[in-house]
Amino acid sequence: MFKLIIRRLFLGLLTLLAITVLVFLGTEILPGDVAQAILGQSATPETVAALREKLGLNAPPWERYFTWLANILAGDLGNSLANGIPVDRIIGQRIVNTINLALYATVIALPLSLLLGLLSAAWPEGTFDRTTSSTTVFFISIPDFVIAIVLIIIFARELGWFPSVVHRPRWGDVPVALGQTFLPMLTLVLTILAHIIRMTRAAVLDVLKQPYIEMALLKGAPKSRIIIRHAIPNALGPIVNVVALNLAYLVSGVVIVEVIFTYPGLGRLMVDSVIFRDLPLIQVAALVFCGFYVALNITADVTAIMANPRLRFAK
Amino acid sequence: MTAFLRIEDLVVEGRPPSGIWVETVHRCSVEVHPGEVVALIGESGAGKTTVALAALGYARPGTRFRNGRVFLEGRDVLAMSIAEKRDLRGRDVAYVAQSAQASLNPSIPVGEQIAESLHLHQVAEGADATRRTIELLDLLDIPHPEMIARRYPHQTSGGQQQRIMMAMALACRPRLLVLDEPTTALDVTTQIEVLKAIKSVNRDLGTASIYVSHDLSVVAQVADRILVMNQGHVVEEGETSRILDDAREDYTRTLLGAVKPPPSPEKTVVNPTVTSGSEPVISVKHTSASYARQTLFGTIEREQYVLHDIALDVWPREVLAVVGESGSGKSTLARVMAGLHPPLPGAEITLDGDLLAGRARRRTRDQLRRIQIIFQSPDQSLNPERRVDDAIGRPLELYFGMSGSEKYDRIADLLELVGLDPDYAGRFPAELSGGERQRVSIARAFAAEPDIILCDEVLSALDTVVAARVLELMKDLRESHQVAYVFISHDLSTVASIADRVAVMYAGRIVDAGYTSDVFAPPHHPYTQLLINSVPALRQGWLEEVITSREAEAGMRSNVMLHDRPCPFRMRCPLVIAGTCDREPAPAREMARGHVVMCQHDEATLLAAQGGT
Repeated sequence: MFKLIIRRLFLGLLTLLAITVLVFLGTEILPGDVAQAILGQSATPETVAALREKLGLNAPPWERYFTWLANILAGDLGNSLANGIPVDRIIGQRIVNTINLALYATVIALPLSLLLGLLSAAWPEGTFDRTTSSTTVFFISIPDFVIAIVLIIIFARELGWFPSVVHRPRWGDVPVALGQTFLPMLTLVLTILAHIIRMTRAAVLDVLKQPYIEMALLKGAPKSRIIIRHAIPNALGPIVNVVALNLAYLVSGVVIVEVIFTYPGLGRLMVDSVIFRDLPLIQVAALVFCGFYVALNITADVTAIMANPRLRFAK
Repeated sequence: MTAFLRIEDLVVEGRPPSGIWVETVHRCSVEVHPGEVVALIGESGAGKTTVALAALGYARPGTRFRNGRVFLEGRDVLAMSIAEKRDLRGRDVAYVAQSAQASLNPSIPVGEQIAESLHLHQVAEGADATRRTIELLDLLDIPHPEMIARRYPHQTSGGQQQRIMMAMALACRPRLLVLDEPTTALDVTTQIEVLKAIKSVNRDLGTASIYVSHDLSVVAQVADRILVMNQGHVVEEGETSRILDDAREDYTRTLLGAVKPPPSPEKTVVNPTVTSGSEPVISVKHTSASYARQTLFGTIEREQYVLHDIALDVWPREVLAVVGESGSGKSTLARVMAGLHPPLPGAEITLDGDLLAGRARRRTRDQLRRIQIIFQSPDQSLNPERRVDDAIGRPLELYFGMSGSEKYDRIADLLELVGLDPDYAGRFPAELSGGERQRVSIARAFAAEPDIILCDEVLSALDTVVAARVLELMKDLRESHQVAYVFISHDLSTVASIADRVAVMYAGRIVDAGYTSDVFAPPHHPYTQLLINSVPALRQGWLEEVITSREAEAGMRSNVMLHDRPCPFRMRCPLVIAGTCDREPAPAREMARGHVVMCQHDEATLLAAQGGT
């Protein structure tokens, strides 16, 4: 088992390394010249050339890649091109904001979706299952920005219960912060809920068709016990995977939601830095996103391994 | 004596997905008296399991009870509430499923699964339950019960799993056991272990049983009474001895006729001319194989040898059978010959003298054409999304460049050849029965006009009667098409009736090889003797004889050694020589007509020990 886990971790590191190459290449092919972007349209060719020299942009790409990678590994994330502030100082609070929002959504969405998924699987094709299923299809089909706008119209403009814009979430005062971030949270919950419900339902239903479930039934086990004791442990693999994917989305796929609610998170920071061609910021933000993805997927893999006795104990 | 269980005029309906309800079981009545073993016999689809499950008040998804009553000690099971049924199931009536591997929960240690029955019916809790679990495992002759109880199902052997499920069923001392083909998925040697356990449970605990099976030889060993079912009807009913000796219905006689006699040298085909005057089609030499696994850095680590220095020749137009228990390496050998599994370096596999590449993709198209393979399960080897004509037409396009009407005419010919109507061309595999699907696989193999066909357990997934017909077809086709078969099977009776020569495999090695009549008669390898003795005979009392014999007792100490050089069979061998068999590799001893036995004993000793003349 440890071999398997170490192998996953090792593959995760390799993935991260590959990501640094992609991120670097991605920023390389961004249209426009960084020096030109910094100095503006009116700069003379000489000043642009001088700045290029100063930023080291004239070195061959692979050399710049390794310098960049070495700096990042050493903990030097560089300075923002826009205002010269160190990247780690800008990005720190943004990460906190994004993670807090993601946690908020997770705490609501995860238990709710697992429960709804299980109940749907327990009585498949029943009224509850059909209602849940059609509702989830409805929410899956609507893009998140539409959900966000509809929520804003209803809860912010018409009812006035929650703010539609979150400039500065006050995490020091939890009840206030939860109110402030309620609408972005709800948007996220509605987006991921459907995926987890549907996957939980499918995974559990698949397990319920197995002969060992019939066996448990014929031993006289009640339905609740069959689902909790016999079905769920065997359905954990696929469920954990879809949960991890959705949690990763909460951290790194929230760009649009953050922009709509002008929420000061990592996603909006990314968008802003692309507009300003602020390369160090873009690169670090992209790395953080990818890092979350990789970390969550590894967690999912390891959990699935731990949950499966066939992987946990070799024959 | 009043019946313990009385099923009266049971009518069951079934519905295919999104289809309409059709009656599948018609007014069946079954009685089981206390302590009695009643067998339900018939082909798959006859409704045996459906009727048996009615004793638990359970209709599988897609079926429903339409009519009739099921009385268990006077109470109508079908009229019970869900809670009453829950109380009944596992406590009064317990179920033992066909495949223990699929019916034990892979995520729960086996001891806990047994204790669960005790817990569910408030028979015992905690330490008391654990103690009783160990007792149950012990009752079923499971070695080291404390250790086994903590294991997960995948850490136990197939025979153990089946007995663990028996222990689970017996936990609350039910008065009726429903046994659903409990030994069908097992090797003949393992089958004896499980039958022995069932027999002693019935005798010692006085538990009544319904025994569902398609195998009359097995039923003859355990049942007091037999009910023969066909297409949802009980067609005949009687004492076991009466049914075996004096069957009145044609259908029962058909079933009895499909039972193959145990292998004996007299029943074998003798065709010693096949090897003379020609060169082998395929020759395998120095061939070993292992299943490798990828390590952290992508390198290959040798896991375990599954084939050990195999050498064998297949002559034109002969049937060479490869037999052995599951895990002996039979299928791997076929896969290596077909180029589906690469042998280890040093292997030499030649086709008409030309060296073959280890992997199919490095072989020439003509080489691929000349070696075809048919798999055990046509459900898995036929693409469910492709019609029959696609499946058969593909080799015609690939090897002969056929298209259009030429191809379709040929497909029609091939379908006729395997006894199917040419109309079948447009059907999907799901629209065919198991036997028909295997016929399509055969037609596909013959479409390539091969020199040799590797048949990997091609009859195992089929009912006895259907399998007998497919076997006849294969015999005819070999005659008419001059093709050689490598016939891989664990069924010695079938092998005896089709093979010219036999190779017996154990732990990845060929331990016994020669003409069928020579291999199946003493002197032969002690393992061959064990296999032959383990095939149930269609008479009562066979089981008692065999479990008291020395061979079977030794044979059950199953512990297969894949790695070491000495004789791998020594742990199970009744003729083991301490100090020799565990130190030195067994020599190859040549006996009559090229019959080779890998054993320390010489011909005379083996002959004497095996009661030959």
